[in-house]
Amino acid sequence: MTVRAGALDTAAPRVPAVGRRRSAEARLGYLMVAPAVLLLILLIAYPFLMSLYMSLTDEYVGTPGRFIGLGNFVYLLHDDVFRQTAINSVLYTVVAVGVKTVLGIVLALLLYALPWGSRLFRGVILLPWVIPTALSTLAWWWMYTPPYSVVNWMLMRLGVISQPILWLSDPAWARIGIIVVNVWRGLPFYAITFLAGLVAIPRELFEAAETDGAGPLVQFRAIILPLLRPILSIVVMYSTVFTIADFEIVFILTRGGPMNMTHLFSTLAFQVGLVSTFIGRGAAITLFIFPVLAVASFFILRLVRAGEEYA
Amino acid sequence: MRRRRFVRRLLVYAGLAPFVAFAVLPFYWMAVTSLKTDAETYNLQAMPFLIRHGITGEHYALLFQQTPFLLWYRNTVAVSVLATLGSAAIAVLAAYSIVRIRFWGSDGVAVGTFLTYLVPPTLLFVPLSEVVGRLHLIDSYWALVLTYPTFIVPLCTWLLIGYFRGIPRELEESAMVDGATRLAALVRVVLPVAVPGVLTTVLLGFTLSWGNLIYPLAFTSSTPQKVLTVGLLTELVRGDVFYWGSLMAAALLASVPIALAYSFFTSYFVSGWTAGATKG
Repeated sequence: MTVRAGALDTAAPRVPAVGRRRSAEARLGYLMVAPAVLLLILLIAYPFLMSLYMSLTDEYVGTPGRFIGLGNFVYLLHDDVFRQTAINSVLYTVVAVGVKTVLGIVLALLLYALPWGSRLFRGVILLPWVIPTALSTLAWWWMYTPPYSVVNWMLMRLGVISQPILWLSDPAWARIGIIVVNVWRGLPFYAITFLAGLVAIPRELFEAAETDGAGPLVQFRAIILPLLRPILSIVVMYSTVFTIADFEIVFILTRGGPMNMTHLFSTLAFQVGLVSTFIGRGAAITLFIFPVLAVASFFILRLVRAGEEYA
Repeated sequence: MRRRRFVRRLLVYAGLAPFVAFAVLPFYWMAVTSLKTDAETYNLQAMPFLIRHGITGEHYALLFQQTPFLLWYRNTVAVSVLATLGSAAIAVLAAYSIVRIRFWGSDGVAVGTFLTYLVPPTLLFVPLSEVVGRLHLIDSYWALVLTYPTFIVPLCTWLLIGYFRGIPRELEESAMVDGATRLAALVRVVLPVAVPGVLTTVLLGFTLSWGNLIYPLAFTSSTPQKVLTVGLLTELVRGDVFYWGSLMAAALLASVPIALAYSFFTSYFVSGWTAGATKG
């Protein structure tokens, strides 16, 4: 894969004119990718290496850090707030991704079965994903704020609760509250992607199943789930990365409180690294997102490549 | 048979209704709060979803007259336009070159853009704030113009690679046989055909720039350098006094351009959808 036919052709002596043209082309190719490669190296790869190094120092604002080996990581693993944050991040990610997957499938099936008006519905359903989270979460903040919380008003009118819920100040409810917003924001992405997968399933399969007397449940298990699996896995892994790296929802709604019960890696890193300016330690915290990213991108890349082969 | 179909349709709409209500509720609530008088908003006996005592423009007036809202709006437009256009130019050149020109390492670059496209902005804000500091761009929105491409370029490049692959090679090859250079063929032949793809990626990049919170929070701090996301969050909430009406008005006005852009380009956008994830 590394040595492409084009590179070999440039050395071919039989057609020198073409060879010269090919190598000029290759030069143009390098020139055209150069800005992108420079950007990737200078503003992504280099900062990433920097954060690896910073995480090994005790850098504090204004002072050059001393190398302290794994000191930050040892400190963090013994730190109650960090441990709480790690638990929060895993819980937040697992619950939110799980709920989004199940509801996403339901919503996709509903949109698929929609007789008419699917464009309009699709447009409306997409809104939470399209509008920047940093703006829409402001509305959620207001919707959760007692005593005017409209969420409480509705739940009480529906008879679900008899007492107002203290959404952002009760630890358990604050966790549920941020997950609700994450599900709200991410659900359209799941549903529309699953819908694209559903539409790609040949209709004849369903017709054949129906003539064989298979009901909707059997069709779901025997046709839809297996054929949707590649898209399902890509979406789940991709979303896992972006859910565990989430920042806006928690920062706006709770800033990690009450009692650090809603801190995620990114909000704690912001607090420790930039507000309290323990820069080395902040860098170390963000690096805990990296293993998730590495595992997910390995599998996504494999799935995408497999998809390309039969496409 | 016909009745069964009718019942089925009814069930589908009934099933969709809660999802639609869930999706729309916060935006509806934003709009209602921004138009209601404070007296009605803070009356716990009132029905919150309706406006019974007339709509008011006072929250909007406060926003325009007593806050730097318009300045932040201008900053946001400037930063998003500059960062997106710069990124789009870089991405078009890179994607085209990866797809069409054979050179050693083009596969590596493609994989590299894909991997960096998966890197969430929250992974790198700590070292980037150090980079921004060394370039003396701390507390300047130019820091955002510089750093936003870190998430726009990989996204746009990856999407455009897929898009350019779908355009038949013969198009520009016939132009080049007629004597056009590679770059001229790209600009005059390929780009016009690729308008939907380029528009989609530009729009996605623009939306990401418009709504980013962590970089402006980390790199800017003085009022005149702020963009909307940070300005609203840090300055429209003063101490313990909440100007909810104005805050909702501001969030609504900040969301409008994005909503409009998507409603105009939905058909373009949906075609590039499955590949174009930006958050989950």
